[in-house]
Amino acid sequence: MTPIATPFFFYLLSGLALLGGILVITRKNAVHSALALILTLLALAGLYLMLYAPFVAGVQIILYAGGIMVLFLFVIMLVSIERSQKEEQFNKQWIVGFIAAGVLGVLFVLVYVKGRALLPAPTAQIPNESQNTQNVGVLLYREYMFAFEIASLLLLVAIIGAVVMAKKRI
Amino acid sequence: MLDYITSYLKSNTTPGQAGNQFWAFVYIILIFLGLSVAVIAMNWLERKILAHMQVRLGPMRVGPHGLLQPIADAIKLLIKEDIMPAEADKVVFWTAPVMVVITAFTVFIVVPFGPTHAVTDMNIGVLFMLGVSSLGVLAIVMAGWASNSHYPLIGALRSSAQMVSYEIAMGLAVVAAILMTSLHGIGLYGVGSGTGTGTLSMIEIVKAQQEQHAWFIFKFFPLGLIAFFIFAVAMVAETNRAPFDLPEAESELTAGFHTEYSGFRWSLFFLAEYSAMIAVSAIAVTLWLGGWLRPFPNWLTGETWDLVFSLFPGVTFLLLAVIAFVGTMRMPKHPYFRVQTLGLGGFGAVLGLIGLVLLMPPVRDRIQDIYWFSFKVAAFMYLYIWYRGTFPRYRFDQLMKVGWKVLLPMGIGVLILTAVVGVLL
Amino acid sequence: MVPITTLHYVIVAAGLFVLGVVGVLTRRNVVIVLMSIELILNAVNLNLVTFSRLWGLHGQVFAIFVITDAAAEAAVGLGILIAFFRNKETVNVDEVDLLKW
Repeated sequence: MTPIATPFFFYLLSGLALLGGILVITRKNAVHSALALILTLLALAGLYLMLYAPFVAGVQIILYAGGIMVLFLFVIMLVSIERSQKEEQFNKQWIVGFIAAGVLGVLFVLVYVKGRALLPAPTAQIPNESQNTQNVGVLLYREYMFAFEIASLLLLVAIIGAVVMAKKRI
Repeated sequence: MLDYITSYLKSNTTPGQAGNQFWAFVYIILIFLGLSVAVIAMNWLERKILAHMQVRLGPMRVGPHGLLQPIADAIKLLIKEDIMPAEADKVVFWTAPVMVVITAFTVFIVVPFGPTHAVTDMNIGVLFMLGVSSLGVLAIVMAGWASNSHYPLIGALRSSAQMVSYEIAMGLAVVAAILMTSLHGIGLYGVGSGTGTGTLSMIEIVKAQQEQHAWFIFKFFPLGLIAFFIFAVAMVAETNRAPFDLPEAESELTAGFHTEYSGFRWSLFFLAEYSAMIAVSAIAVTLWLGGWLRPFPNWLTGETWDLVFSLFPGVTFLLLAVIAFVGTMRMPKHPYFRVQTLGLGGFGAVLGLIGLVLLMPPVRDRIQDIYWFSFKVAAFMYLYIWYRGTFPRYRFDQLMKVGWKVLLPMGIGVLILTAVVGVLL
Repeated sequence: MVPITTLHYVIVAAGLFVLGVVGVLTRRNVVIVLMSIELILNAVNLNLVTFSRLWGLHGQVFAIFVITDAAAEAAVGLGILIAFFRNKETVNVDEVDLLKW
């Protein structure tokens, strides 16, 4: 089945993602920022589907939007935010920060302008989407087995770290 | 145009895979209508069954045996004043009910009511269902926070903690079931034969159960059963139903996260809660109870049994019609009840007519899958009501203890044992 | 209409990355700084998945690792935030000026 209206969906989803990103860094209220970030994450999941990566899109929804963001919202509601809303939102170095980010953006633009020829043309054939999960699984458990184990260790350390940090008395 | 519409009927796949937008649209509309009817029916059934469990009558006034009560309720909710608290966060308060309904209905596009009766069949079906239904908790958190009131906020906090804890156990149980699609065992537990590659697609999972001649609840006994049990507990917690209904515990938090909602917005939460219940039950049925497959596919085989089981849908509706007619007979013979008697009789006649249509051979074969799937889901719905009628509510620390100290280790154990048993035994 | 190429996706990813960097460098609220880091990670993910369309599935596997990493980072970061809030009653980064309690 060939995809329909690819440009339309691309511009819609990437527009939503960028809009969400802008809202994240401009909102006063942290909950609004979190909701904008969820919008970005879901739009990115849509973009992954368009890139024939359904498994990553599913993981993005279930882990990012359903797991990590719930954690964020939980913590935001736990620490009271009324006071921080009335305070100054941007720190003293915000001019430097904007300049640095702007320079980074210009750098990206320059790289694209100069290095456009290096980017390969999109491949003509559509990747095998119906076997995507199986193929990712094979890669994950064969070639990247060691990295996978390291990731599980990382998660273990993170669990212990989070418990140690957040617990009042151990 | 007509070719486009009819060509799908011969294609023998889901509309999504055939790329037929017309039939996809038809299926979406049908599922939407069917869900709405199911939620309305559940509303009535829950009140009636709970009432009978407590030796009460339940709704009796609106229509015969209160049959029209949900419709009266719906009208009441729609014309009720829609209140938005002055201190509420307007945008988030407005978005939360919309989002909860979207997530509750979106999951149904991959639910397989039959080998071809699904809107589409995704490669990541189960993952998609779990992911989108886990987005529902975000809407609950949004609703609780935006109300800017204490009870809703506590409800939202409880809800998010509960969902995050139980989702893990749920995921582990699901992974154990998915492992079973590819593992066959060799000696002791050896069943069927297959390709050896697992799958996440809902339709393929049911087909794997068909090929292996074993529903996954019975596979690698008792591992399948334990995984099913974990899922069955976790799914009650995921849908915030009794005994895990702490986010909306009415005796402690008035109504939890939707305290400040009224009228139409509240009814959207209600609709979403029931369709979420149906959705998780659909996952459980698909993964462990053989989806659309009929009961006893191994023992009662042969032409005769196929015929007998294919008669079930029609017979069910005829039975319901008979019940309705008996009710009509027993109606009081007072002129006051004339309209009700006529209505009940007409309802019975409609049910009987549907039953007769379902008995006809071509319809019979097409409808059978949908019937068995709905039947299994309905059994889960009854269980939900039963739980609510019998179990006392958990305390929050007990809830967390069950989630993290019982279900999670059990889930990990089942997962490891399934992998070991599938390869070695 | 122009067909959507790899370049389009890469530009979106770059935009998200720059937004994330701006958020990290300018905001005071720790929670929003953490969310900006998530934005940066997502921009990286979009790049990885985009290029996985051209060079096989390795990019997608890496995207999954990045998501795992993001989960670990969020858990530890938010744990630190809670500990910090309990001690100093603030969530602003520039008030984290005590190396030792």
